[in-house]
Amino acid sequence: MSALPMAGAPAATNTIGLTKHDYRGAPTTLCAGCGHNSISNQIVAAMYELNVLPENVVKFSGIGCSSKSPTYFMNRSFGFNSLHGRMPSIATGALFGDHTLKGIGVSGDGDSVSIGMGQFKHVMRRNLNMAYIVENNGVYGLTKGQFSATAEVGLELKRQGVNPYMPIDICMEAIISNATFIARSFAGNAKQVKELVKAAFSHRGIAVLDIISPCVTFNNADSAHHSYAWGRDHEEPLHDLTYIAPREEIMLDKELEEGEVREVTMHDGSIILLKNLDKGYDPTNRFEAVRALEEAQRNNWLITGLIYKAPEKPALVDSYDLVDTPLNRLAESDLRPAPEMINKVNALMF
Amino acid sequence: MTKAINDFSIIIGTKNGSGSSTANNTILRSIFKMGIPVSGKNLFPSNIQGLPTWYTIRVSKDGYLGRREEQDIVITLNPDSFMRDLASVPPGGAFFYADDIKLPISRADIAIYPMPIKKLIKDDANIPGNFRELVGNMIYVGVLAQMIGIDLDAVRAALEFHFKGKQKPIDMNFGAVKAGAEWAKANLEKKDSFYVEPMNKTEGLIMADGNTAAAIGSVFGGAQFVAWYPITPATSIAEGMNEYLPMLRKREDGKHTYAVVQAEDELAAIGMAIGAGWSGLRAMTSTSGPGLSLMTEFVGLAYYAEVPVVIWDVQRIGPSTGLPTRTSQADLSFVAEIGHGDSDSIILLPGDVNECFDFGWQSFDIAERAQAPVFVLSDLDIGMNQWMSRPFEYPKTPMDRGKVLWEKDLEELKGNWGRYLDKDGDAIAYRTLPGNKYPLSSYFTRGTGHDEHAKYTEDSTMFVRNMDRLKRKYETIKQYLPKPILHATKGAEVGILAYGSTEAAINEARVRLERDHDMKTDFLRVRALPLTQEVDEFIAKHDRIYVVEMNRDGQMHQRLTLAHPESAMKLISVAYGDGLPASARWVREGILAKHTNVPVSKPAAKATPAKKKTSVKQTKTVSKNSRKGVK
Repeated sequence: MSALPMAGAPAATNTIGLTKHDYRGAPTTLCAGCGHNSISNQIVAAMYELNVLPENVVKFSGIGCSSKSPTYFMNRSFGFNSLHGRMPSIATGALFGDHTLKGIGVSGDGDSVSIGMGQFKHVMRRNLNMAYIVENNGVYGLTKGQFSATAEVGLELKRQGVNPYMPIDICMEAIISNATFIARSFAGNAKQVKELVKAAFSHRGIAVLDIISPCVTFNNADSAHHSYAWGRDHEEPLHDLTYIAPREEIMLDKELEEGEVREVTMHDGSIILLKNLDKGYDPTNRFEAVRALEEAQRNNWLITGLIYKAPEKPALVDSYDLVDTPLNRLAESDLRPAPEMINKVNALMF
Repeated sequence: MTKAINDFSIIIGTKNGSGSSTANNTILRSIFKMGIPVSGKNLFPSNIQGLPTWYTIRVSKDGYLGRREEQDIVITLNPDSFMRDLASVPPGGAFFYADDIKLPISRADIAIYPMPIKKLIKDDANIPGNFRELVGNMIYVGVLAQMIGIDLDAVRAALEFHFKGKQKPIDMNFGAVKAGAEWAKANLEKKDSFYVEPMNKTEGLIMADGNTAAAIGSVFGGAQFVAWYPITPATSIAEGMNEYLPMLRKREDGKHTYAVVQAEDELAAIGMAIGAGWSGLRAMTSTSGPGLSLMTEFVGLAYYAEVPVVIWDVQRIGPSTGLPTRTSQADLSFVAEIGHGDSDSIILLPGDVNECFDFGWQSFDIAERAQAPVFVLSDLDIGMNQWMSRPFEYPKTPMDRGKVLWEKDLEELKGNWGRYLDKDGDAIAYRTLPGNKYPLSSYFTRGTGHDEHAKYTEDSTMFVRNMDRLKRKYETIKQYLPKPILHATKGAEVGILAYGSTEAAINEARVRLERDHDMKTDFLRVRALPLTQEVDEFIAKHDRIYVVEMNRDGQMHQRLTLAHPESAMKLISVAYGDGLPASARWVREGILAKHTNVPVSKPAAKATPAKKKTSVKQTKTVSKNSRKGVK
């Protein structure tokens, strides 16, 4: 599809009348071939296909290569590129401003589980209404190639030597911290990334999407776990997945046959369909999810797909029982107590 | 023996965690109820249970509320501090002690009163065993009330307030008070000279602490978002928000116009508050020095990205963990220079409980007008102690929400705006808020270099232009800041410049300086940074200016000499930081010590012990008409 349609040849639009161009961002300044760029493209595609009004989305990020990427999609959305490791707190406060808005947070492995581990885990337990995408490459790119906390033990990098420490598994950390949606994908698997972005965005509450996103410049040796080659060889999809938005009439892809389909309902009424593989994996079973992650770790597998989706739980703003009008549109009359209340307060003092 | 009526002080030594605060507050409130000016200060350890703790009460017919160093009446229930407490009683003073402490007393120059607290409490059948220690504290309230003349009706009123009218605890505690009073009446002979007698000097006044005032003021300021992490001595601000937001912002539909989030640490607390401020909420956090250290990086982001947020720093004394339950004014330099790179700070400096309330709501107006962090530097002494105060006053001006563009505004501008574009020439740009549905309303906020339309840039010229605009913005904002308060004396050549909680001690010291040392003083209390023109004028007008503050290095003095190098010789630092609230004696002696060895245009004043009529206009904290800005 052309971003700038020729005269007389109307560009394709989605059901709210926007073209794909309305979801694009500034040109990327990341390296050519960076996995992060393909993720940005899939976010654009997913939001277009979901018919999301860009003004209803707020983008957040911390610091790092990944955190630059919100500039490269959805120009019409507000965005806040904050501090290293502190995106969750900024997003938490900002989304109280207007509870009708949905957050998309983009972070990296250093940003989320090194410097930002505390905020990462606490935003899970608060169930902030945000799709939290970790572009995970196991390396610090902007500072030119140091190990991150997700780098596998024994990885050898130029100038860094051999990594002596055990890695952190982002999905495992998320599930232990009571995240309500956990998925993993691989930047090279464009269709799955797009479907999972759609599913994560449609989840009410925190939705962690750990995307292995190879760093073409600093961590792409064939043997590195966060490389394209390793990822393709070791990827073990839990299921094929097709996301269907709630208003579409056709609910089932013809290719899916009965008996192979597991439905997972999103908060907004939309449904993701899972084609089970031989294991008959049930993503609504938290115990099974932990077991699958543990098994994958022992076997050096990269499980991808929807790992866990909790039964419906109130998102952070829901539990605060806020007024219907967004808080940032309230007037003085809603916010300042009436003059007679000052006497009441003074009477409460001795 | 001449009677000392309504002019003495009391110190009560107990063990931390023994529940004495109810008893001490009851004494304080009873005296207040009798119409006598009174102040109470808690000198407590950083400990839950066991360490010695003291509470001081000053009774002052003249209305002096500053800490007094000398204690006339010493009450001790704590064997661990007994010997120290006994030795601290001045000749002619009174010493009350729990008679189960069997330690030698060898003082003939003081009045000594044993109190059979354990026995009396055991004899009271109305008190269940597990309440004995707590209620036992009321025995000393009763003994003291009997011996110095506190009206028992006033004690009862204080208990009714404390227990919010709940009859059972009121009766139980008041029973113990009566038991103490009756025992003292039957068994003790008055041997000291200290008495209270009813006055009418507290009518129309209230008793409150600064943190509660800050919380209530913030609610009246329309606070919408509070993120916080517990830290002494700031915790009671957030707890106050939790108490007063539901009470004062109750709606018929039961829904909420605010959110309070207890964060996982101060990094998250300030991050959430900045996120909320960015999205258009009146957002705040409250902390103390160590927490603010953690918040520093975020504050720099808010400065540069221009996000409104209010940050209360209830100062305790550092460095590091320092003395966590002691007061100070030692965060001034830190906050004034906070953040890496070039920076500016807006700092409000409340001097009493009423200003904690006022700055509670004003800080939001200033933050949203400036699109910047606003710090309110209170301290433990104002924040956590009970102060006799004027009633809180309803905000006099409507909310100032600053420059915000919504859909209809952008419609008119046809989307022609820039987030960091100085359209009005006052260096303050317009902002839009998330949720704005106008298609060109959004912008991308970042702590990296940005141009006038919030686009990423590393262009040097653009960087400098933006930084220069920020500098000008802090000039613009001066007009919105609270003006300094001048207490003037006719014919004064000496100036005193101070800020914050030292006001009460300084005003008391000024009376003595004039009366006993023939030193007339003008006193300027600064209430905000950046410093405004009134400060320049005050410095220009005086031959010498004593800068009084509670920190080691004279931090305000340092700032003033930097701002006024031409006046450096006449700016004299009187600074000391030991964690205790300022006393009039310390202020007076500190000034006198510096007064002799500084070059001056006039000979040093000679000490004149003769009681001359003072011409200092008595400008006490409680006097309604004393607050005049320098204009």
